Amino acid sequence: MANANAAAMDAAGGIGESKLMAWVRANLFSSWANTALTLVVFYVVAKAVFFFGSWGIFNAVWIGTSAECRAAKGVGACWALFPEKWRFILFATYPFDEQWRPALSSAIFIGLYFFSAMRANWNLRLPIAWIAGLGTISVLMWGGVLGLSFVPQERWGGLVLTLILSTFGLALAFPLAILLALGRRSHMPVIKSMCVVYIELIRGVPLISLLFMASVMFPLFLPEGVSIDKLLRAQIAIIMFAGAYLAEVVRGGLQALPKGQYEAADALGLSYWQATMMIVLPQALRLVIPPMVNTFIGLFKDTSLVLIIGLLDILNAAKVAVADPQWRGFGPEAYFGVSLIYFVFCFAMSKYSQRIEVELNRNKHR
Amino acid sequence: MAGQSAGSGGRNDDNAMRFSLSDPTFRAIFWQVVVVGIVGFCGWWLISNTLTNLATRGFTTGWAFLSREAGFAIGETMIEYGPQDTYGRAVLVGILNTLRVAVIGIVLATILGTLIGIGRLSKNVLVAGVCSTYVEFIRNLPLLVQLFFWWAMFQDSLPGPRQAIEALPGVFLSNRGVKIPVPADHWIHAWMGVAFLAAIVASYFMARWARVRQAATGEQFPVLLATIGLLAGGPLVVWLIGGAPVTMDWPVLRGFNFQGGLTMTPEFAALLVGLVTYTAGFIAEIVRAGILAVPNGQTEAASALGLRRGPMLQLVILPQALRVIIPPMTSQFLNLTKNSSLAVAIGYPDLVSIVNTTLNQTGQAIEGIAMIMAAYLTVSLSISVLMNWYNKRIAFKER
Amino acid sequence: MKTKALLFASAFVAVAASLPAMAQQTATSPTLDAIKARGFLQCGANGNVAGFGLPNAQGVWAGLDVDVCRAVAAAIFGDATKVRYTALTAQQRFTALQSGEVDLLVRNTTWTLSRDTSLGLEFTGVNFYDGQGFMVKKSLNVKSAKELNGATICVQPGTTTELNLADYFRANNIRFTPVVIEREEENVAAYLAGRCDAYTTDISGLASVRASRTPVPADHVILPEVISKEPLGPSVRHGDARWGDIVRWVHYAMLEAEESGITSANVDSLMTSTNPNTQRVLGVTGGMGAMLGLDNKWAYNIIKQVGNYAESFERNITPLGIERGVNNLWTKGGLMYSPPIR
Repeated sequence: MANANAAAMDAAGGIGESKLMAWVRANLFSSWANTALTLVVFYVVAKAVFFFGSWGIFNAVWIGTSAECRAAKGVGACWALFPEKWRFILFATYPFDEQWRPALSSAIFIGLYFFSAMRANWNLRLPIAWIAGLGTISVLMWGGVLGLSFVPQERWGGLVLTLILSTFGLALAFPLAILLALGRRSHMPVIKSMCVVYIELIRGVPLISLLFMASVMFPLFLPEGVSIDKLLRAQIAIIMFAGAYLAEVVRGGLQALPKGQYEAADALGLSYWQATMMIVLPQALRLVIPPMVNTFIGLFKDTSLVLIIGLLDILNAAKVAVADPQWRGFGPEAYFGVSLIYFVFCFAMSKYSQRIEVELNRNKHR
Repeated sequence: MAGQSAGSGGRNDDNAMRFSLSDPTFRAIFWQVVVVGIVGFCGWWLISNTLTNLATRGFTTGWAFLSREAGFAIGETMIEYGPQDTYGRAVLVGILNTLRVAVIGIVLATILGTLIGIGRLSKNVLVAGVCSTYVEFIRNLPLLVQLFFWWAMFQDSLPGPRQAIEALPGVFLSNRGVKIPVPADHWIHAWMGVAFLAAIVASYFMARWARVRQAATGEQFPVLLATIGLLAGGPLVVWLIGGAPVTMDWPVLRGFNFQGGLTMTPEFAALLVGLVTYTAGFIAEIVRAGILAVPNGQTEAASALGLRRGPMLQLVILPQALRVIIPPMTSQFLNLTKNSSLAVAIGYPDLVSIVNTTLNQTGQAIEGIAMIMAAYLTVSLSISVLMNWYNKRIAFKER
Repeated sequence: MKTKALLFASAFVAVAASLPAMAQQTATSPTLDAIKARGFLQCGANGNVAGFGLPNAQGVWAGLDVDVCRAVAAAIFGDATKVRYTALTAQQRFTALQSGEVDLLVRNTTWTLSRDTSLGLEFTGVNFYDGQGFMVKKSLNVKSAKELNGATICVQPGTTTELNLADYFRANNIRFTPVVIEREEENVAAYLAGRCDAYTTDISGLASVRASRTPVPADHVILPEVISKEPLGPSVRHGDARWGDIVRWVHYAMLEAEESGITSANVDSLMTSTNPNTQRVLGVTGGMGAMLGLDNKWAYNIIKQVGNYAESFERNITPLGIERGVNNLWTKGGLMYSPPIR
């Protein structure tokens, strides 16, 4: 639909006034009802644009103190919050002088995403890059070696925490998901039913309940004297959660694979694991890259829930930033800023997933 | 795969008595025993740790706390509740609050999502553009951020109750929520409810009769109009018979707050608006995909038959699109219900929020979390069952 | 069986402890051993309330509760900085202690019977006597909590505060609508935004909020009614009585120091004091530290590095505009009383 419109627009732009008018008439004012609809929507959009322009741009306080912001409250936005608070929102309580470390770690994460997005890298280079990247990030974040001072996990926060929770969540949920998906497709009744129960149980409850469980129940599961910290507990809950959803995605790929592939593998005399590793999984996983990216988008958004158990992810950092009595009441601005960051990540990924889907479909039809 | 080879285990007949890993049947059993053993061991380890911890740390366990006095108040309740009631009743209040926001949310999100989904396919570029922007925007932001945004909007932008905005006569907007007048309690209301239920039953039979008649004679009957008439008319007639009581319960500013009328608190409003707008973004995509899944030939055939756009949608496109729409829609409904648990972050007393308080007061974490999980699982599974049944009903019937 | 053996052991220990020569061999505490092996004390604190527990922008923690953690670290290691803090929400605090995530919980937590028993905690004393009150906007013209009929009140869920609130309104037969928000700063934000007519928590908390969170503190009044007793104190896990002793006596040492006039400024010069009590407290004589399983200079280290109770109070609580009141020493009309260190 959107493409058709774009094409129509290109054509109209190239040919001239009368065609443009015709296009406008055909698309916006084809009937009385359509005209009325156009006018109403146009009015609402214009109103919103006008409001946002005056509140968010022309009357906004871009640089200044909280007092100036307070004076403009209700009329203009207070973007002056960000020059003051951006470091806290991005890095939270990480030691101030060491904040280049989470900054660099975030950059490595983003680099890894780009690297993985390129199809030319879909080979052995990919796991190597990931191991190297995640290793570097661990060294940077913890420190304690190479002259970097040690920073305990309690002080990690901000954007890098969001990236850690979602990326490690997906990376570690992946093997779990494959096992669960294979188990659910297995013909061994006990294994199958265990996988079904796990998947349905986890998918049937909200992530919050798992995070609560991680927060208040995990400590009871462990023997006396062993305790794992809050961040790791949340990470485990997220992996358990992502594993169940990802398992369903992988299962979709396994089901979509033509039966002939399984039969061919059997005919070659391959064992179950040989067939799975060499024939089934490589094809099935390729089929489910788009839904996998979508799962990752969901996970990326869902990591914001860790604020409920008191972790300082980027959203929580923004909340704490506006709890400062000086900047109280500028919540909408803070949320807008954080939204922008989430949006850039999620939008880029969703566009990527759509493009890959088109490419894969093209290959299928060839 | 394992199962397939297990099925063709016959070729190993000659050495079937030998327990060997190369025998598929034996191998299947062997692996299942191994996995059960591992999972069982882990489970046993966790449970024994937990029991030891509970014993050594002097925890109280069990469900006895449910019948103890809760002692805390709850801001909004659908049933009578006070601090002197039990924890059990408090949890019930929480479940009802969750169901309330979930049910209203599902209905509104479906309506909004369908409108936007159809809007994205509109020939009007402006409408299509606005709908597309909406979907892209809403879907790519965490729900929690959106909830906080709405909550901050309601809390910070609206005036206090003494400066409340009177939007319509008797409708007050303030940071204590929206106050609307409702008819004062009257015995006739119960009978109007009965009339409404009767109207639903009557509509069902009327629709069946109309279908049979149309099949037999080809005459159409305006079912939709008649149904609306029945549903609205039935209670109206009862109301008139009852003497048409018009006493209203008006919200009045008394002391600190408005008294009387119906309240929608900012927490409930923020949660509802957040859930509806977020889920509508996903539903819109499902509806769009469903409509696009109907082959063009169907539309062309329908117009060749001379159907106008309205009947075409109703009789040809929608029934087919629904088959594609229902399964993903079910999971969106479930998502909305599960997402309503984010209420705890903005202070709406839903199930999670109340169990959270209970768990804090009693220290019984295991029981509390078990209750949350059990409640959501029950809701999830019932919605699944219901939607599966509906899905089967409307599934493509091959004749 | 086990309890009997334990009773016997503790009786034996008590006898043994009265003989200074044998005090060196007192039973050890597993918690203390773990802390020593780890090299730092893991302390559960609030992280949100100025005056009790709040990290500054550099991540350095300060507050009356935090000083208890520092004093315990000073007593164990001779170094008050060997503490790591875990910021805990009201919900997480008890599990964190029970699970061993923290060695010690000092998070303005009220000592109640049910917490002492069914939660498996052991409160070691009271470092701040508090009571619950209400704060309202001055413009509402409310003079007493009894005038709050029909009010909307912001309260933190899962606290004794929430229960006392309901009790008080029930007892006075007046109605209220609660708005419960888990996080303190959001609760305050909701109150300031006018979502609630009143905000309720411990009076110290109200004072802290009024002093540090409101744009104009004079616009808010704390109502005169104190509706509950809130003895706030440190707690440890059940089952390690010796660890409980250490935490208990660290607090008493700070009280005793105030009573004896020992401060961080004069502690070095008082090491040569001839007062037998001072000598015992500072570990010059008596071997009190060894009885606790600590260095004999334990109290000296506390006073030198953290100060006595009065110093801690003046550093943390006085800036909030709270008087000593009931938190004064018993000799000055308050409730703070240390059993003798001897």
